[in-house]
Amino acid sequence: MKPGDITILIVDDDQDYLFQLQAKVHQFGFKTITAESQQEAEKLIEKTKPDLAILDLMMENEDSGFILCYKMKKKYPDVPIIIATGVAAETGINFDINDENNRKWIKADRFLDKGIRKERLKEEIDNLLLKNNS
Amino acid sequence: MSTLKILVVDDEPGIRSGISRILRNFKVDYPFMDEAFEFEVIEASTGEAGIDIIESNQPDILLLDNKLPGIQGIEVLEYIKKKQKNIIVVMITSYASLELAVKATSDGAYDFIPKPFTPQELKSSIENITKRVFLKKMTNSLQDTGKQIRFTFLSVLSHELKAPLNAIEGYLKMIRERQSGPKLEDYDVMIDRSLDRIKGMRHLILDLLDLTRVESGKAKRNITDVDLVMVARTAMDTMRPYAIQRDVKLNLHSQGPVVIAADAEEMEIIFNNLISNAIKYNRDGGSVDFTIVLNGSWMEIKVVDSGIGMTPAEIEKIFDDFVRIKNDKTKNITGSGLGLSIVKKLIDNYAGKIEVSSIPDQGSTFNVRLPIDKPCL
Repeated sequence: MKPGDITILIVDDDQDYLFQLQAKVHQFGFKTITAESQQEAEKLIEKTKPDLAILDLMMENEDSGFILCYKMKKKYPDVPIIIATGVAAETGINFDINDENNRKWIKADRFLDKGIRKERLKEEIDNLLLKNNS
Repeated sequence: MSTLKILVVDDEPGIRSGISRILRNFKVDYPFMDEAFEFEVIEASTGEAGIDIIESNQPDILLLDNKLPGIQGIEVLEYIKKKQKNIIVVMITSYASLELAVKATSDGAYDFIPKPFTPQELKSSIENITKRVFLKKMTNSLQDTGKQIRFTFLSVLSHELKAPLNAIEGYLKMIRERQSGPKLEDYDVMIDRSLDRIKGMRHLILDLLDLTRVESGKAKRNITDVDLVMVARTAMDTMRPYAIQRDVKLNLHSQGPVVIAADAEEMEIIFNNLISNAIKYNRDGGSVDFTIVLNGSWMEIKVVDSGIGMTPAEIEKIFDDFVRIKNDKTKNITGSGLGLSIVKKLIDNYAGKIEVSSIPDQGSTFNVRLPIDKPCL
C-alpha cells in the first residue's frame, strides 16, 4: 500500500496536540481522521476502519484511551494501536502500564511518549504497518 | 479477628507457661476498633534465643525479663533499639531498680509489670498495648492514604502543566521549521493558540495559589464583618467584560447589606468561581441570577444559570481536583478544573454546605449555605 492509501485515526482531547500530530502524520504522507473524545472516536469507528490508530490516554476519563483501545481491538483485531501518553506519572494513577498483565488486557501494540521525535514516530508507524502487512 | 504475636523471654518455665495460659483465650475488643485481637504466645528461655525469634518471626509485643542466664534483658532491649525493630517491649521484673527502670525506658520499654503479677495485671497491660498497636497501625495507614492523595494530585498537576507547554513547544517547532511556508500571517492560528494556552496556564497557577491558601490554613484568615452583597457586586463587575462578550446578563437580586463574619478574600474566591462558571458554561444570550438571603441562622447564596447543565453523573465529580466535564458542549471551554474544588474546601472550612441541581441544556443551580453563628471553625 502507498502511504496515500493509508488512513490513521488520531484521538486526543487536546485540540492543539491533535492538530500538531495530524500535521506530522500528514508530512509522512498518510491520510488522517480525528476525534476529540473517546465517545466521538467510538462513533467514528462504527463506519470507518482505519489502518492504524494513535490514542491519547486521559480524555473524558483517565482511562478513556484504554477503553477505546479495548473496543477497537474487539471490532478490528488487526488494526495496530499506539497509545500516546503525556507523562509517565499519568499512567500511575490506576495501574502500571509496564505490567505484563495490564499490557495483556490493554492490548495496545505500542506505548509512546507524547514528546517522541518525528523520525521515531515515523519508524514506529512504519514498523507496525509493515508487521501487519506481512 | 487479628492475631498479635507475643514473645515471652524469661528463664523461669513457670512464668512462660503461666503467661501462655492466661493469654490463650484472651481477646481484646473495643467499639472503636473494627476487629478484635487475639494472641499467639512464643516462648524463649534466654535473651539469645529471644533475639533469634525476633529475627525469624518478628513479634508485635515482647514481654522481657531482665535477669537472664546469658545476656541481660536490657541488652535485648538495646538490640531492638539498634535494629529499629517495631516491637512494643514490656519489662517483667521482680526487683526493678530505679536505674534499670530509667535505662529501660530510655531504650524504649513501654511498660513494667512487677513479678509476681496477677492474671488481671497482665491482661490489663496487654489490653493497653493492643490499643496502642491498633492506633499505630491506623495512623500509619492514614498517613499512607494522605501520601497517596498527594501523589495523585501531583501527577495530575504535572500533566496539567505539561500539556500546555507541549502544545506551545509544538507550535514553536512548527513555526521554526516554516511548515506553512514563509509568510508570517500563515502562522497566526498557531500563535493565537499558544497565547491561549499560556493564558490557561496562568489561570491554573492562580487557582493553585488559591488552593494553597485554602489548604495552608485558617491561621492567616482575617475575619471581619463582610457584606456579601458588596462582594457579589465586585465579583460581578470583575466578570462583566467576559459576560458582555458572551452576551450573558448578570442579575443580582439582593439589596444588602447582608453581613456575615468571614474572610472577605475567601468570600471573593467563592463568588468569583461560581459566577465565572455560570458565565462560562452558559449559552450566548443567557443569564446568571445571583441571590443572597439571610434565612434564620443560615446565609443562603444561590447562583442560577441558563447554561448547558450537567448530568447526575457529571455532578458527582465536579468538586474533585482537576475535574473538568468533557463533552461536545464543553469542548471549547478552558479551565483549570480546580475552581469548584477550591470553593468546596472553603465552604467546608466555614462548616457550610454546597448543593447543585441541574438539568442538561437548561441550566444549573448552585446553592451555598453558610452558618452565621460559627464562621470561624
